[in-house]
Amino acid sequence: MEALDLARWQFGITTVYHFLFVPLTIGGAFFVAAFQTAWVRTGNVKYLQLTKFFGKLFLINFAMGLVTGIVQEFQFGMNWSVYSRFVGDVFGAPLAMEGLLAFFMESVFLGLWIFGWDRLPKGIHLATIWAAAIGTLASAYFILAANSWMQHPVGYLIDDETGRAVLNDIGAVLFQDTAVVTFFHTMFASFMTAGAAVAAVAGYKMVKGRQINVFRPAVKSASIVMIVAAVGLSITGDMTSKIMVEQQPMKMAAAEGLYETESQAPFSILTIGEINGNSADCVLCVPGLLSFLATGSFDGEVQGINDIQAEYEQRFGAGVDYRPIVPVTYWSFRLMIGLGLLGALFGMWSLWRYRGDRTPNSNGRMGKFYVLAATTVVLAPLAANSAGWIFTEMGRQPWVVFGEQLTSAGVSPLVSPLEVWISLIGFTVVYAVLAFIEVKLLLYYIRKGALERDELVEDPYADAVAAENSDDDDRTLYFAY
Amino acid sequence: MDLVTFWFILIAVLWVGYFVLDGFDQGVGILLPFIGTDDLRRRVMINTVGPVWDGNEVWLLVAGGATFAAFPLWYATMFSGFYLALFIILLALILRGVAFEFRGKRDSDRWRANWDRAIFIGSVVPATLFGVAFGNVVGGSPISPIETTLPTGTANDLNFTGSFFDLLNPFSLLLGVMTLLVFTTHGAIFLALKTRGEVRTAARQAALRVGVAAAVVAVGALLWAQAFSGRVAVTLPMVLLAAVAFLGALAATLRNRDGWAFILTSVTIALAVSSLFVGMYPNVMVSSIDEAFNLTVFNASSQEYALMIMTWVAVIMTPVVLVYQGWTYWVFRKRISTSMIPPHPPTGRADDRYTGRVSS
Repeated sequence: MEALDLARWQFGITTVYHFLFVPLTIGGAFFVAAFQTAWVRTGNVKYLQLTKFFGKLFLINFAMGLVTGIVQEFQFGMNWSVYSRFVGDVFGAPLAMEGLLAFFMESVFLGLWIFGWDRLPKGIHLATIWAAAIGTLASAYFILAANSWMQHPVGYLIDDETGRAVLNDIGAVLFQDTAVVTFFHTMFASFMTAGAAVAAVAGYKMVKGRQINVFRPAVKSASIVMIVAAVGLSITGDMTSKIMVEQQPMKMAAAEGLYETESQAPFSILTIGEINGNSADCVLCVPGLLSFLATGSFDGEVQGINDIQAEYEQRFGAGVDYRPIVPVTYWSFRLMIGLGLLGALFGMWSLWRYRGDRTPNSNGRMGKFYVLAATTVVLAPLAANSAGWIFTEMGRQPWVVFGEQLTSAGVSPLVSPLEVWISLIGFTVVYAVLAFIEVKLLLYYIRKGALERDELVEDPYADAVAAENSDDDDRTLYFAY
Repeated sequence: MDLVTFWFILIAVLWVGYFVLDGFDQGVGILLPFIGTDDLRRRVMINTVGPVWDGNEVWLLVAGGATFAAFPLWYATMFSGFYLALFIILLALILRGVAFEFRGKRDSDRWRANWDRAIFIGSVVPATLFGVAFGNVVGGSPISPIETTLPTGTANDLNFTGSFFDLLNPFSLLLGVMTLLVFTTHGAIFLALKTRGEVRTAARQAALRVGVAAAVVAVGALLWAQAFSGRVAVTLPMVLLAAVAFLGALAATLRNRDGWAFILTSVTIALAVSSLFVGMYPNVMVSSIDEAFNLTVFNASSQEYALMIMTWVAVIMTPVVLVYQGWTYWVFRKRISTSMIPPHPPTGRADDRYTGRVSS
């Protein structure tokens, strides 16, 4: 393989892997913050139990998101140096802002939250987790604005002499419709993912009959979050596809494997045979649905891949295949939608199952099935997120910056295939080992369950203040690594 | 002052911040197997940096991001050129970060020993390789023009044309040894400042022992660096001042003035790093092939509008960040000792159930 292909694989693997942790971190931070808020406001210890329990799972996940994120900041320069030179003036700005406005907030305030239980008054300690949560949102916004610029470059011009993109409108880069809609879409996905994790874990504990009253509010709130997120995902997903048709028609056509321009274009749920260009045998088709998704009308005309190829050849020059790999876009698009919304069903079931104060007998078949569903529901949004990113990035190919730079043109010219092999294998192996360790740790803490009431100190800060007033220099720390 | 110079200074400040802050927690990691002779001591050490290491490391990320935004050609040439070195640094940082968080999550000696190893390696590697990398930036590395898909005849063409082994030249390696030893001393002094009892005693000893070696290597390396300095009249006094500050830090350690010692090693690092930046300005990457191939603040930078936007962001946000990060250090200002570390939880129980009151 050439360095280009290896670099693409590396970026794909490291980014998809990184994004397993990101949505859990974003959504998880808000769940933990919400549980802690409920505790501070009501004084009900079960919310503290939830805060501690999910807080621990959250931190295990956060550590992984953090360290894999470091790679992201540097690999543009490492593997994509020509891309970096071309876009730095524009693309670097949101990245630097992310560091200054978001990374510091997340990291510093999480440090305060983890170790600050006995050093900060309750209210201020609560504020630190909220600050960290807001930091994760800010981080997501900037990085999605940067990615949106690659999908739909705006607010720049090309310098005549250097041929590089030059920023001339930061507002356009940060607030273009692509960025705003993508942000909301990704946030709903994050809340779906984290909601699924919380609901599934809490639901599992309920089935096991452990700490039922502690986990009941968690399963209920997370179920509601999932249902709301599903609605939000559908609305923003719809908006995204309409923007996509306008800005990257090829991607939308490739999502359906639509080769010829059609009005009343159908949306196939299942296709057999190859999606190779000429005919795909649609097994289950909804007539007009693609037209509706793309244009808002069931009769709307949707351009096919072949027409768009011809059009792009005129716009951007002949001799380039402007088609993405259609089976990849076709299936990733379906996986995203199919798996992304699955959580809502589980949410409804959970709400029904545990309505009021009910706790159905879990020894029967339903209990087993519920556990199976819970396990699936944790994985489904994670897979959907990956599929969504694979779709949006692979669907943009052959461009790295749509209409401006081909991916093949952006790669580092002198980084050898051997070097990329080394880093590709290195990252992949380390990531795989860490994934194994992380999952084991998470399962361990899930099985262990929440702390019992008598195991918790409700006001460690008051204890610490009392110890200090009595000159007890050797007070045992409330929390230590 | 023009914007590119402002950004050059700002990036220098970010690196200074990174080396001063992450420098000490790397130092603590390096000392872990030496001072941390038992688990309790190791936990004291790890907990001195526990609440702050993550925020410290963000300085590196922001330095990277700011370089990308302000000097894209610098970012692109340096990171693609130093590819394998950076890859190794990234792996080390990954292991170290996870190790801090995961080490206490299971009660098993083997588990902890493995993560201790990760912390040690994850600290030694960046502490050394960042020095090596800076040696190559300042001392020069094989950079020459090659054609890419961007219009040629501009600084677009300037690429690192050497190999990994070109990075391992004597000057850069010496700089690597210097950062390793200086950060270790800095970490030992931080440890002395943040602990009481046996760990503090051991840390002070380590600071003095490693410090003497660090002083010798640092003076040698930084005097050598004057050969590459464009303004020796400024950088040589800075280096001498750095040396004085460092000796002052050792003297302060001898006299049990941990706070002063820490301030002085921080000043040492700040002066040493600044002297390298001052010496190379306006270059940002020196070519060992031909000085016409140097990347400079002028040919590697973004244009004025982007720099202006980023300047506003930096001017507003940097003080805010400094305030809340500084506050963290205030919150966790207390010294800790082995007697303050809560015991490990028995297997199967959550570890934070142990609190100040559990002793019965």
